[in-house]
Parts: sequence; structure tokens; C-alpha cells
Amino acid sequence: MTARIGVITFPGSLDDVDALRAARTIGAESVPLWHADADLHGVDAVIVPGGFSYGDYLRAGAIAAQAPVMRSVIDAARGGLPVLGICNGFQVLCEAGLLPGALMRNAGLTFRCRDQYLTVERTSTVWSSRYVEGEQILIPLKHAEGRYVASDRDLDALEAECRVLFRYSAGPGAGDATAGDGASSRARGDVGRGVARSRSAPPDGAEREPRDETAAARDLANPNGSLRDIAGVCSADGRIAGLMPHPEHAIDALTGPGTDGLGMFRSLADALGLRPPTPAATAASTPSAASATTSTAGAR
Amino acid sequence: MVAPPCAPILPLDEQEQAVARVAVDVVIKTEILDPQGKAILAALDRAGHVGIRSVRAGKHFDLEVDDSVTDEELEKLAESVLANPVIETWTVTRVPDGLAPSGDATGIGVGSGTDAGASR
Repeated sequence: MTARIGVITFPGSLDDVDALRAARTIGAESVPLWHADADLHGVDAVIVPGGFSYGDYLRAGAIAAQAPVMRSVIDAARGGLPVLGICNGFQVLCEAGLLPGALMRNAGLTFRCRDQYLTVERTSTVWSSRYVEGEQILIPLKHAEGRYVASDRDLDALEAECRVLFRYSAGPGAGDATAGDGASSRARGDVGRGVARSRSAPPDGAEREPRDETAAARDLANPNGSLRDIAGVCSADGRIAGLMPHPEHAIDALTGPGTDGLGMFRSLADALGLRPPTPAATAASTPSAASATTSTAGAR
Repeated sequence: MVAPPCAPILPLDEQEQAVARVAVDVVIKTEILDPQGKAILAALDRAGHVGIRSVRAGKHFDLEVDDSVTDEELEKLAESVLANPVIETWTVTRVPDGLAPSGDATGIGVGSGTDAGASR
């Protein structure tokens, strides 16, 4: 059977094309949805992509949450339609009330752009069944407003209901922050001012103030000051999910840090009963996707 | 004296009543970290302003609304759109006639205190 995956384009969306491509990678038909069109065109799932919808005016995602298409998405999501919000899409889902909490300016005030390890916290969802609980996956992130915030009471409720989907992590071997082993250094630092570089900078005599190791380790494990290191959350039934990092940028080793993001889309394919794409179709899209058929186990 | 050809001339009091001014101020909740406010505080310190203990950055909205818009409606729009109750508090203030809009240089004293009135 085939499935149709819709990806919304708002004015200011950036990563809709990558999300559409991710949908095709798992053998689904990708369906562009337009913010001003309330018709969901019979799609089986919706991805709200990254970008800066409506210029992030008012608050990130706030105006997009009022768009005609979102009224339909909210209704359909409450009826069980799988919905994934990535980055700005996560902000939109929070503003629309589909997911709890809010995303605020990064604690360090800087735009973060790097490959980031995440710990998979829950696998019994439409979007994460292909992962193993506790698995470390490497996914790019790029945002200035990704600090996840909610009241302590809401955070406790989220944890109790197993609704934390991903947490930021320093990666494999993180217990030894100074080791600088191969696995940890896979996570590249911020463009132009990498964590890895600042860690290897001479501690004395450097022009820059040397960063203390604890701060560097903390930064590695949490890029934006999110409460409880939360990178992504989901609804209780695991059908609505949102995260700040970009799994759609990690589906092809040619352009991303690996293929760890594929697991999210393959999980959806499983939930929708999609058969794996034929070798011919896979080869046509990307050479690396074929080798990543074993997905998450191979990516560890 | 001949009236202008278009635009019916309303009695003065009707013109005055057509629009009301409303100020909505939105501030991040005190328990939530405001890195922008911290950066501004550091800049004030560098600029030589002593004695400034804390800065919290927020947003101010000037609205012009029909007289028919009720306080309840204003409260609702502030809660559902202008502010996000998860992270922000807000105040809705009707600006008395004759006072300048708060965007003007003389705007001090137009609104209420940050946590007064309708904030929660």
C-alpha cells in the first residue's frame, strides 16, 4: 500500500523540501500543503517543517499556529493523524496547543548550528519505533530559540507519562568528558567556533578566555539550556511529536552527519503499513539510503 | 458655508468615541530565565549605569479598537495570541482619552505596573 505524507509550507519555511524528500525516501508520496489552504488533501500524516514562519514575528511559531491549515491539522491530530513538528514546526505545535511547553531564546543567546547527539527516551511512538531505548543518535540542529520550557508541574507530568521523546546528550563515552574519543568528536562543534576546538585550545595564553571543562561538557550535553535537556516531546499516544533537531537533514551520509534521522521516517512508514521502497526507487533517490536499510542498529 | 462633497461630517462626540486605545504589555514570567534581559543588564553596566539590579525584556502592543470591543474580548486576545500563558504574563490597559499613545516620548505613566491588573 502507499501512503501520502503532507508537508506544510508557510511563508518563511525553509526545510519543507528536505521533509518532502524524507517522505519520498521511505517510499511515501510527498504532498506539499499550503498554509492558507485548510484542505489536508487526504494525507496520512503531516510534517510541520523548520524555518522562520511569518518571520517569527510575535513569537516563533505563534502566527503560523493561527494559519488556516493548522486549524485542520489540530482537528485531524486530535482524531489520531500522526503529526511531526521539526524545529520551527515544533514551535508551531507548542503554540497551537498540540504539544505542551514552549521554546524560548537559547540560554546563551547564540544561534546554535551543529550536529548533536540525542538519547532516544521512548520508542513506543509512531515516530520512534525503529530506535532502541537509550540509543544515541546524531542529528543536526540549527536554531536560536530552542530552549524548551514548561512549568515544573508540567515537566513532572511529562516524565511520568513518558512523553519526553528525545534528550540532548553529550554522546557515547560522554561520562569521560575529557577523553575526546572518536565517537564524541563525531559531534562537530558550532560552525566557526566549535566546542571541540575550544576544548583543545591552549588553556593559558590564549586570546580567548579559556572555557572551563565543566561548562564545555555541559554545553556539549545541552546546546540551548532546555529544561531537563529535553530535545523533543510527544503526545501520550505517541502520534504527535516535536523536536528541535532536524532528522530530515540526517537521512543521507552525503549531506548529513549520517542516517540516524531515517529511523523517525521509517517508524512512520511502519505505522502506516508502508512496504520498504523497492531497490530501484531507493537507488534513484540516494545511494546511501540503500545501505542504511538496517537503519538504527547499524548507525550506533 | 458649504459642506465638503464626500465624507459625512459626524458630530464631534461620535468621532471621539469611534476608537479606543488599549495597551498590552507582555513580560516573561519571573521564574523563567530571560537571557536577553541579562545581556541588556550587562550592557547597562558597561555603559556606566550603576545601581541597575535587573532587566526583563518584554513586548508592548498599542491597539486601536472599536468601542464595541469588550474587556473580556481584549483579555481573550491577549491570552490566546499576544501572550503565551506558558511563559509570559501580561497586562491589558485601556488608555484614558487625552493621554498620548505610549509609543510617544511622553508615554510614561500610561500603563499599569508590570504585574498589576489582568496579569497572571
